Amino acid sequence: MNLRRVVPQWSIMFLAALLATQASAQVTSDRLVNAAKEPQNWMTYSGDYSGRRFSGLDQINTDNAHAMVPKWVYQVGATGKVETSPLEVDGVLYATGQDDRAFALDARTGRPLWMYQRQLPADIRPCCGRVNRGVAILGDKVFLGTLDAHLIALDAKTGAVRWDSTAADYRTGNSFTVAPLIVKNLVVLGVSGGEYGVRGFIDAYDADTGERKWRFYTIPGPGEPGHDTWEGDSWKVGGAPAWNTGTYDPATNQIFWPTGNPAPSNRGEGRAGDNLYSNCLLALDADTGRLKWYFQFTKHDEHDWDATQVPVMIDAVGRRLVAQADRNGFFYVIDRTNGKLISASPYGKQTWSDAKDSDGRPTANKNASPTLKGHTICPGALGTTNFMAPTYDPQTKMFYVTARDQCDIFSTAPQPYEPGHAFYGSAYFPSDEAEPYLGFLKAIDPASGEIKQKFQHTSPTWSGVLSTAGGLVFSGDAEGNFIAFDAASLKPLWHFQMGGAVYAPPVAFALDEKQYVVIAAGSALYAFGLP
Amino acid sequence: MFRPRGVVTIALVCLAIAAPATGQRNPFAGSVKEAKAGEYEFRINCALCHGLGAKGGGRGPDLTRAQKKHAHNDAEMFQIISTGIPGTAMPANGTNGQGVGMTDEEIWQIITYIHSQEASASSKPLGNAAQGKELFFGDANCSLCHMVNGKGGRLGPDLTGAGAGRTREALIDSVRNPSRRLAWGLNEATKEFPQEYESVTVVTADGKQIKGVTLNEDSFSVQIMDTSEQIHLLEKDKLRSFQKSRESAMPKYGPDLLSDKDLEDIVAFLASVGAK
Repeated sequence: MNLRRVVPQWSIMFLAALLATQASAQVTSDRLVNAAKEPQNWMTYSGDYSGRRFSGLDQINTDNAHAMVPKWVYQVGATGKVETSPLEVDGVLYATGQDDRAFALDARTGRPLWMYQRQLPADIRPCCGRVNRGVAILGDKVFLGTLDAHLIALDAKTGAVRWDSTAADYRTGNSFTVAPLIVKNLVVLGVSGGEYGVRGFIDAYDADTGERKWRFYTIPGPGEPGHDTWEGDSWKVGGAPAWNTGTYDPATNQIFWPTGNPAPSNRGEGRAGDNLYSNCLLALDADTGRLKWYFQFTKHDEHDWDATQVPVMIDAVGRRLVAQADRNGFFYVIDRTNGKLISASPYGKQTWSDAKDSDGRPTANKNASPTLKGHTICPGALGTTNFMAPTYDPQTKMFYVTARDQCDIFSTAPQPYEPGHAFYGSAYFPSDEAEPYLGFLKAIDPASGEIKQKFQHTSPTWSGVLSTAGGLVFSGDAEGNFIAFDAASLKPLWHFQMGGAVYAPPVAFALDEKQYVVIAAGSALYAFGLP
Repeated sequence: MFRPRGVVTIALVCLAIAAPATGQRNPFAGSVKEAKAGEYEFRINCALCHGLGAKGGGRGPDLTRAQKKHAHNDAEMFQIISTGIPGTAMPANGTNGQGVGMTDEEIWQIITYIHSQEASASSKPLGNAAQGKELFFGDANCSLCHMVNGKGGRLGPDLTGAGAGRTREALIDSVRNPSRRLAWGLNEATKEFPQEYESVTVVTADGKQIKGVTLNEDSFSVQIMDTSEQIHLLEKDKLRSFQKSRESAMPKYGPDLLSDKDLEDIVAFLASVGAK
């Protein structure tokens, strides 16, 4: 949908701002369903339920982006990566930092309103940094998943803990790094810990009380369909975490949530079978958590290719679709009403598949499995993309994704499961003979699966991507630049050196008729706008 | 300098007694079973940089040498694995984004494993260090680009610690095939990998050609040290041409330029520097 063709952007903005101010400063379920109609706010992980990370704001556009300036910087004051996707609601910005820090800032100045930091046990087991990807907001509360596997509700005005629910035992490797998703009155989130042999799950909690309303185990138990895709007792420690934020389709009341790798990640022996529902896109009934359909991207994965990428809802040629650029190197377009695959196209260097099954799904070739000695497979373990949020721009009708070309030597070795211990089944290494790692921003046409434009970074980046109605695509790089691209050509129009690598996605909002774009880099949040 | 083993042992005992921290003794010292467990942990957490078997990868030093540059006993190894080494690519436990955070027990297993690999390492230098020093600063021209203990050039990596961090085989390979694995240069704490010593040739807007190595680069700018050690800060969009190459700026020293014996002497010199 092109908002600009319906009514002028700014009239929508002002109307919505007026309504929001009059109604209340609180986020409601209705506001979230209609989030695209109030582009001055950024109220949920991807901006709205579609997963598109598209902002309807066009004050900053291809004509004036070159003039952008920094507006404020907020220092989190800790080391390690900041992966947060901030929220902004009616002048207050909510974001997270390392070690389960959460904070609220004045979105005009970057000055803190409150700060919260969880007192974490010394023996937590974060897989890949003490990171967090953001909070969710509903009513008078913001919700934070913690590294010791609790979901906590904080008072949106003070940061005080309103309730604290234990989801799982952190000592066996369960943790939360994901930004929760609000669906109606539920707080939905998925567990991390595929590297520790957890049994993955997606949970929904009552936003008022913290009571768990449903849980979907991403590995079926005995007697459930799909249980026979696991050998012996391997299902108990089979991983399939769910550590990136899904999306919600109000039209069908379905939650789309992606899942991660089976455990141990680099060893398939001992868990013969497809290993459902690892590396899947799941469609769950929002009220009950019951499985409606699933699509598995990589069956019986031995490469750590989590399918934990944001699923993006696209409506095209009269069809209701969901698109996912997967870590395994293929871009998938799926019918979101039934989970049927429409197309799968490579969007980066891959050597593991040269054929498709009758459904059109890429299948593994005979050289795809790791060996004891190790051999080179592409993409590498970090994948063609990873958790970095993509964007779909309804104006250019392009899907933009951070991608890399990288191959690794994958090796495997037997490893017994021990609770709370890393459970990889060996590991991967960069190949001596391999070419240098290449990093890109790519524009994929979902209709054809073709790459229409690309920009090559100096090195691979972990930045997410934002598109805006101003004809712009924003992303960051590992060298610390924040870059505004022309969405049509992917030519950089502006950049700013922030002094730290980017591991987070940008967001956009507007206050006092001024558009802001915010992104985390290094250990700080940066806000940009026009002079 | 090579020290007799007994002296090292006494020194380690003294350090162990002197170490004030409690719980800093390796509970698994000498255990074959724990060393095996440590091998898995090593593969997961360390091998990406330090290579399979701890013999050194492209970016991490060889850990099979008994004398290490930064750690002189198990307590110091534990400390380094836990908190990293400031100013280097060695990250603190659980922060590198690649491996998983390790428990204390797992760190001790890794230390036990590293010690088990030391026993099997056999890369004692064969050459004459004094002779090698003469060559390094003289006829072999190494010091035109490389520094050792503050003396020498700046174009290539400082080799003061190279002897401690690399096997004899790796050093020989770096001289014979300098382009096979480019050395790592500038390290930025939050970046995934350090900058490599890539060669670069640019032509400026006024037609001037500059050849050198990249000190740092992003999508919009590049900092180059040219062959006479001048540093140039350049904006890419103002250049007439910009060409990077993965051919090392270091000439390939074949046996015609440097005999096997001379090379062994230089390696022995570097090893003697690193052993300090």
